[in-house]
Amino acid sequence: MADPEIKSYEPHHESQSAAVTESLPVRLLLMAVAFAFLVIFVLLPLIIVFHEALAKGLGAYTESLSNPDTRSAIRLTLLVAAIAVPLNVVFGISAAWAIAKFEFKGKAFLTTLIDLPFSVSPVISGLVYVLLFGAQGLLGEWLKAHGIQILFAVPGIVLATVFVTFPFVARELIPLMQEQGNGDEEAALSLGANGWQTFWYVTLPNVKWGLLYGVLLCNARSMGEFGAVSVVSGHIRGLTNTMPLHVEILYNEYNAVGAFAVASLLAGLALVTLVLKTLLEMRYGAEIAATRGH
Amino acid sequence: MKRFLLSVATAAGLFLASSQAWSADKLLNASYDVGRELFVQVNKAFIAGHPGVTVDQSHAGTSAQARAIAEGLGADVVTFNQVTDIDFLVKKGLVSADWQKDFPDNASPFYSLPSFLVRAGNPKHIKDWNDLVRDDVQVIFPNPKTSGNARYTYLAATAYAKEAFKGDDAKVKEFVTKLFNNVPIFDTGGRAATTTFVQREIGDVLITFESETRGIRKEYGDDKFEQVTPTVSLLAEFPVAIVDKVADEHGTRDLAKSYLDFLYSPEGQTIAAENGLRARNAEVAAKYKADFPDVRLLTVEDVFGGWDKVQKEHFAAGGLLD
Repeated sequence: MADPEIKSYEPHHESQSAAVTESLPVRLLLMAVAFAFLVIFVLLPLIIVFHEALAKGLGAYTESLSNPDTRSAIRLTLLVAAIAVPLNVVFGISAAWAIAKFEFKGKAFLTTLIDLPFSVSPVISGLVYVLLFGAQGLLGEWLKAHGIQILFAVPGIVLATVFVTFPFVARELIPLMQEQGNGDEEAALSLGANGWQTFWYVTLPNVKWGLLYGVLLCNARSMGEFGAVSVVSGHIRGLTNTMPLHVEILYNEYNAVGAFAVASLLAGLALVTLVLKTLLEMRYGAEIAATRGH
Repeated sequence: MKRFLLSVATAAGLFLASSQAWSADKLLNASYDVGRELFVQVNKAFIAGHPGVTVDQSHAGTSAQARAIAEGLGADVVTFNQVTDIDFLVKKGLVSADWQKDFPDNASPFYSLPSFLVRAGNPKHIKDWNDLVRDDVQVIFPNPKTSGNARYTYLAATAYAKEAFKGDDAKVKEFVTKLFNNVPIFDTGGRAATTTFVQREIGDVLITFESETRGIRKEYGDDKFEQVTPTVSLLAEFPVAIVDKVADEHGTRDLAKSYLDFLYSPEGQTIAAENGLRARNAEVAAKYKADFPDVRLLTVEDVFGGWDKVQKEHFAAGGLLD
């Protein structure tokens, strides 16, 4: 209080560090906009999903979920995720490892390829597989001659899902591994660890949180993918319908309760993913910040 | 980790090796997108008479279905709602060229027509096509460029106008233009148009297949809407065919034939009528007369000279619809 005169005439916000803090009305406005946006575009639709699913009571809800076609759609979606996610973990780690730790020709090309599924529409991803494995496609004749059905069967759905979800793990790991550099691995190797031990005890623990994020996102997308799967599915009830496809079909049949019941399950899976992510962040926040590097 | 990798590899190998096993007592019916209810019932009844047989169903837009079959979807039979999509399969050499002669009634075991759905009490007194061009009436149907359903609506309105104006093309064009100007929103598909009409409560009348109006009333309440059948409309066929190439490969030709024949049987026809489709079988049609008001039906063949011509003159880029 050495200079009360100046203090009293100075507007409040200028006494704080003006570069990072806006005035109260501006802050309130920004928060209001952010909240309103989230409520209208995220929370409200979510509530509507559950509201519509339960519109005709809990009985109708459980009944529509116990329909054999719905059950097989749930099973198929879980099966596809159970295959696609581990595959993408293996592919993602190897790709990230190669790109982050080694120098080689065509690296930029590989990085671009990894981003490809993000940049093309999923419908195109599906069509690519049709052109490749379809009866009139490149490999169509050969597959037919050997009695292998890929398109319009489970393998096609898995392939399309793997393609669409490929970037999630790799994209999460590459910047992380690049930032961490090779120092830890070099130290481990110089202390006598072999390659496998280095990976298992040094590299993997360093990236585990990034990996987990990647897996969660990859899983959410592989369960929710619609476009690519729709093209290669064949839409056979009880055989090749995944949950998102089933939602659309039920909705088109004027079966709103059934459609939203399945949708609520999908939304539930997404929520579980989010909760897991948040819990991990709360529990291991400091550690994650340290190993994720941002 | 090694074990994990091994199990992943095994799983991958297993699923790659898995191929759908075909047998002579299993059919795949590729059908139109909103036909599930109908064919769930049809299949149940059919299987009851053919123990040991399974019938799988696939439902999607029939253009997409036709394309999928051309790319290897192993459908033994198709039950579509667009003749042109079976013609596509003919062009691809999967269905024989004279498929329409393989089964009675142009291989269309049941049929429907563009019809009207109005709000309860019919407050705007909509009775026929000429009411739709009134200034105080808003009409809902999807975009004919993207929806097969709306193509029928467009053609039915044109067919009506051709008759009413005795072939005066300028007046027909004026009528159709007026009708289109009364549509506040063109949705991409039939289902989206239904949502616009039913849930967003836009418009005074929804034009869609008569078979659809039943499902809408069932889902959204019988007391909220009324069905209005115009005096004249256009025949919408639901064509069926054996996919010869697939059926021969699977050895299912006989079963496929008896499956499609079943659709013509009194039992199959009754199921169709229960699902809002008009039956060909005279006895069944008589039994359900109350549900299906009399209407004079024109055909695409008679009014427009066939689907090929319609496609070229009306829907192709630069056609009349543009």
